[in-house]
Amino acid sequence: MAKQINVALVGNPNTGKTSVFNNLTGLKQQVGNYPGITVEKKQGTCKLSRNVKAHVIDLPGTYSLNASSLDENVVIELLLNRKDKDYPDVAVVVADVENLKRNLLLFTQIKDLGIPTILAINMADRMKRKAISLDIQKLEKKLETKIALISSRKNEGFDYLKELITNYSQLNTTPCVNASVIAPAYFDRLRKTFPNQDLYKLWLVITQDVNFGKLDRQELKGVASFKTESAGNLKRLQQKETIARYKFINEVLKETLVIDKSSAKDLRSRLDRILMHKFWGYVIFLGILLLIFQAIFDWSTYPMDFIDSSFASFSEWAKGALPPGDFTNLIAEGIIPGLGGIVIFIPQIAFLFLFISILEESGYMSRVVFLMDRIMRRFGLSGKSVVPLISGTACAIPAIMATRNIENWKERLITILVTPFTTCAARLPVYLIIISLVIPEQRVLGIFTLQGLTLLFMYMLGFGAAIFSAWLLDRFLKIKSKTFFVVEMPNYKLPLFKNVAITVIEKTKSFVLGAGKIILAISVILWVLASYGPGKFNDAEAIVTQEHISETLTEQELDTKIASYKLEHSYIGILGKTIEPAVAPLGYDWKIGIAIVSSFAAREVFVGTLATIYSVGSEEEETIKNRMAAEINPILGTPRFNFASGISLLLFYAFAMQCMSTIAIVKRETNGWKWPIWQFTIMTVIAYVAALGAYQIFK
Amino acid sequence: MVTIASLKKGQRAIIKQFSVDVVPLKLLEMGCLPGNEVTLVQIAPFQDPLYLNINGSHLAIRKETASQIEIELILNS
Repeated sequence: MAKQINVALVGNPNTGKTSVFNNLTGLKQQVGNYPGITVEKKQGTCKLSRNVKAHVIDLPGTYSLNASSLDENVVIELLLNRKDKDYPDVAVVVADVENLKRNLLLFTQIKDLGIPTILAINMADRMKRKAISLDIQKLEKKLETKIALISSRKNEGFDYLKELITNYSQLNTTPCVNASVIAPAYFDRLRKTFPNQDLYKLWLVITQDVNFGKLDRQELKGVASFKTESAGNLKRLQQKETIARYKFINEVLKETLVIDKSSAKDLRSRLDRILMHKFWGYVIFLGILLLIFQAIFDWSTYPMDFIDSSFASFSEWAKGALPPGDFTNLIAEGIIPGLGGIVIFIPQIAFLFLFISILEESGYMSRVVFLMDRIMRRFGLSGKSVVPLISGTACAIPAIMATRNIENWKERLITILVTPFTTCAARLPVYLIIISLVIPEQRVLGIFTLQGLTLLFMYMLGFGAAIFSAWLLDRFLKIKSKTFFVVEMPNYKLPLFKNVAITVIEKTKSFVLGAGKIILAISVILWVLASYGPGKFNDAEAIVTQEHISETLTEQELDTKIASYKLEHSYIGILGKTIEPAVAPLGYDWKIGIAIVSSFAAREVFVGTLATIYSVGSEEEETIKNRMAAEINPILGTPRFNFASGISLLLFYAFAMQCMSTIAIVKRETNGWKWPIWQFTIMTVIAYVAALGAYQIFK
Repeated sequence: MVTIASLKKGQRAIIKQFSVDVVPLKLLEMGCLPGNEVTLVQIAPFQDPLYLNINGSHLAIRKETASQIEIELILNS
């Protein structure tokens, strides 16, 4: 059997750690979650030699082992827990050659845990440009480790890195900094109480607010008594520790690192001057936003139309090819239209993740944070809220997770609460189909289409609602928290195609699979509810034939009448009729009512539900849009989807919090039901009132 | 008290002292420690936050935090 070495990749953010991971593992990687929390867990395998392979974990980026967020907790929790099946045999600390001093802080901490630690100095290809020279041999000696100079951009140095990983057992594990020099008396007491423990590990357990769920509490009894030191005193000790580490690092680098600043080419300051200019900076940011929206609204419509019509013909084909019966109907009328409703998102989601990952990778996102902080703070948000608000246009779930690096709790909470107002990709299919039904295809000023402008307006409305409610929340929430705000301004980098591609594929896949499961389940349930019913449903044919006995109807007309009678008396019809009084003032019939209720699981279900409801019992296959256009309001005799009911639906979807997954993630990120329940209630009320108002005005 | 908040664009200084209770640990770990050099690289359009080079690290902090960190100007800068 092949020998397996557990490797943990650790490093500061912006060191290219993920590209190192991609280079080591290629596409042999899985992305999942750490159990019980939503921190992304990336692992993969890498073949080292014929019978040795490495199991590589890409741990979240962190500046130190003193964790200050959920993501960073994961790092320390794994590195302190020998019993974890992923506990590394060897750690690879990825460092950026241009920020070596700061990157070494984490290196010394990890080495002091007694884990064999390799230093991988990345971006070696930039050394010449930046006039950096390193004495690797001396550095290896001083740090008592092995160093690989690598470049993930040029794919250089990886064979040597793999060789070092293979021979990890030869690495020296002497600590860099003796913990007890920080505060001799304090650490003496610790040593006396726990004679067999590693002092630095104990110190971490004492100072970190991490839930060491899996850590053996047995061996750490009495640790609580050392927390008697006040938080301020512990922090002072942590400062001393940091100073001690930097002292060590400065000593090491003094003899090994030379930077000739005079001959270094500085791209950073030139780009910064333009991108963060008080006028041009904002113009460029706005331009990038417009480009993103252009891609989503315009470029992605081509593949989307294709997907829509493909699914319609696929469904027709399935109906013809399979033997007739309930099972075929379930597939052709339930599952295929339901799946079509999710596959149609792929182009837009992919575009959004493409842009977001390029902006993150290039280092531009931090500049946006810097530019926007002062403006966002007026609304109770942080510059760091910009990233969640932009990601929110893809999906609120990763967006809410992206709030984790907002240090200030009040700003973070407000960002979490308002992010679901931004127009996520799941609202798009609803918007697109309603807009194409109720807004005329007209050009304005020759270039813009009325439909496009309406869509743009919906996005503005989403952002507006988010910003306005943030401002309100800032007034009313009485939370005191310190305003900590630290953003690294990384170097500008040309995004690596491979990294961007992997991110886009992974994110799109997990979004589609996650939403796909819900949609599939709901489609099946809906189909069953729409295809069966009590009493009258089963006698539909006799009743309808009886009713229309005096009229001369073609067979087809009669069939249609029977089908709609059946739908009305199916389980879903009965359910829909029950809720109809609640949605009628908004201009909806019971079918739309059902679609709205089912889309409380996830918004995109709306189109799929209507597709399922409308296709049950009908013979010819049509696109969803044509079916919806053909629906008539029986009382008014006008199309069901007209201007008034259309606007009312658009507003309802703009404001309502219809997404179970978002509720779940808000609960998790705010540690309780209080905020998600408030958020859900208030958003639903706003949605209902807005939709009611719109319909009553325009009807 | 002269603090980072009073630096002008391009000015360099040495960090003197601050109270650890008002400065986040993360900032210390990024190199904001007594004795280290700090340069003000740029100020954001609405005068806040500040873009600094501390000990070789480029980072941005808000004025509120910056005004807690005492410095000594390097005069010939």
